[in-house]
Amino acid sequence: MINFDNVTKIYPNQNRAALENVDLTVNKGEFVFLVGPSGSGKSTFLRLILKEERPTEGRIHVAGKDLARLSNWKVPHLRRRIGCVFQDFRLLPNKNVYENVAFALEVIGKPRRFIRRVVPEVIDLVGLEGKHDRMPDELSGGEQQRVAMARAFVNRPMILLADEPTGNIDPATSIGIMKVLDRINRTGTTVVMATHDAAIVDSMRKRVIELEYGKVVRDQVRGVYGQAY
Amino acid sequence: MRSNFVFQEIWVGLRRNLTMTVALIVVVAISLSLLGTGLLFVKQVDRTRTYWQSNAEISVYLCTANSANPACHGAVTPAQQAQLEQTLTSMPQVEHVTYVSQQQAYALFKQDFANDQAYVSTVKESDMPPSFEVKLRDPEADYNVVASAVTGAPGVDSVIDEMTILNKFYRLLDGARNAVVVVALILIVAAVLLVANTIRLSAFNRRRETGIMRLVGASNFYIQLPFLLEGVIAGLLGWALATGLLVGVKSLLLNNLQQYFSYNVSLSLGDLIEVIVLAMCVGVLLCGVTSFLTLRRYLRV
Repeated sequence: MINFDNVTKIYPNQNRAALENVDLTVNKGEFVFLVGPSGSGKSTFLRLILKEERPTEGRIHVAGKDLARLSNWKVPHLRRRIGCVFQDFRLLPNKNVYENVAFALEVIGKPRRFIRRVVPEVIDLVGLEGKHDRMPDELSGGEQQRVAMARAFVNRPMILLADEPTGNIDPATSIGIMKVLDRINRTGTTVVMATHDAAIVDSMRKRVIELEYGKVVRDQVRGVYGQAY
Repeated sequence: MRSNFVFQEIWVGLRRNLTMTVALIVVVAISLSLLGTGLLFVKQVDRTRTYWQSNAEISVYLCTANSANPACHGAVTPAQQAQLEQTLTSMPQVEHVTYVSQQQAYALFKQDFANDQAYVSTVKESDMPPSFEVKLRDPEADYNVVASAVTGAPGVDSVIDEMTILNKFYRLLDGARNAVVVVALILIVAAVLLVANTIRLSAFNRRRETGIMRLVGASNFYIQLPFLLEGVIAGLLGWALATGLLVGVKSLLLNNLQQYFSYNVSLSLGDLIEVIVLAMCVGVLLCGVTSFLTLRRYLRV
């Protein structure tokens, strides 16, 4: 599903590589934690998958497509198959829960009837039944992140990228968020989650990829957050 | 394509920076109406010029008994007059020659200055020189040939080409037209900058929306279209205002000008519509292209 082939990324005017010789594969339906200190290259990894950045060296394949050969006007189609969730939720403050989720489908031109059918399903899936009309500022952080996840998942992407989705949320609420991510993963969606949250990583027992100074220093199938020698 | 979504976005965008939008509409309106006025002027001047060129004549004034010109030795003799007429009519450049006698000249003079009897009373019929009014086939090209053929000939007082008088008038009109066009061009530059700024502000105001649109895979076209149309709609509103102004310019200024000069070369409704349509094309292109180029810089996808 995601394949990095000796990828190096050096940002302009920087000496150090943000990612260096990263060589890994994430299979369809996998749940992967991306861990490592700030500046270790987690975000760069996610941005490369979205083709928001181009690698300096190496090749990246996402959903069977060679990103280097993907023309610019096809990038939106790639992004329709990838959902994204962020630490800061990125909801539209002037739209309610339903409208925020529907927005993702409206702007890719889906028919109204389809939107009316699909959006409530996804809102239920993330556990926000009956809160269609709430505005983002009327929701807790955890609920806002659920809306963001509903929006990321409403188009049934093949891959869900989550950049520290529990970063702004207390540990108790985080468990609920992780349950939703797990539920999404069980539908066959590949999930890549960058995180600092050791407790979550340890409890999930999923594949862990650790980055340090842009290098993969650990890739464990059923890993924990800390070093496990 | 969800058209109501796009229009909703445009409406939100135009309303959010209302002051910029109003400024933009006004500047586009003024620059387009000035440009249109310039074009109407061009048409008017061209029309006038062709009218006069086809009617312009060379006047060959003959000596009278009291001519001040030292080349004149008393009034023109019938023999000199016949000789001159013969010379003029035989030239290939000359279309026809009309003799205006002193009586006829005086009658015309009295008619032209009918509202100034005091002036008319100071001039006697014998003061009016008789003349040959020479109509040329191609006034612009042949003036010198014909004029030099009769200048200084016995019995000729002076040769006056109406074209030289008219040219002064044209220079004035051309100058006015150029001034209008230059101001219009400067304003168009201002309009371009304003469009760029408005679109940039709009893109900045909605960076959250466009960021999400990018993320969920909306096509570039879909993201940019509301901004593009925002510029074009502002341009069209400006053009609508400009149309009103141009109709005013035509009906108040140019029509009055014509009454003042009392020659029969008015601009038709067709001319006005042509200019208005041209102004629309300029306005839409201006706003559309500027928006598009600005978006490429500020909404990189």
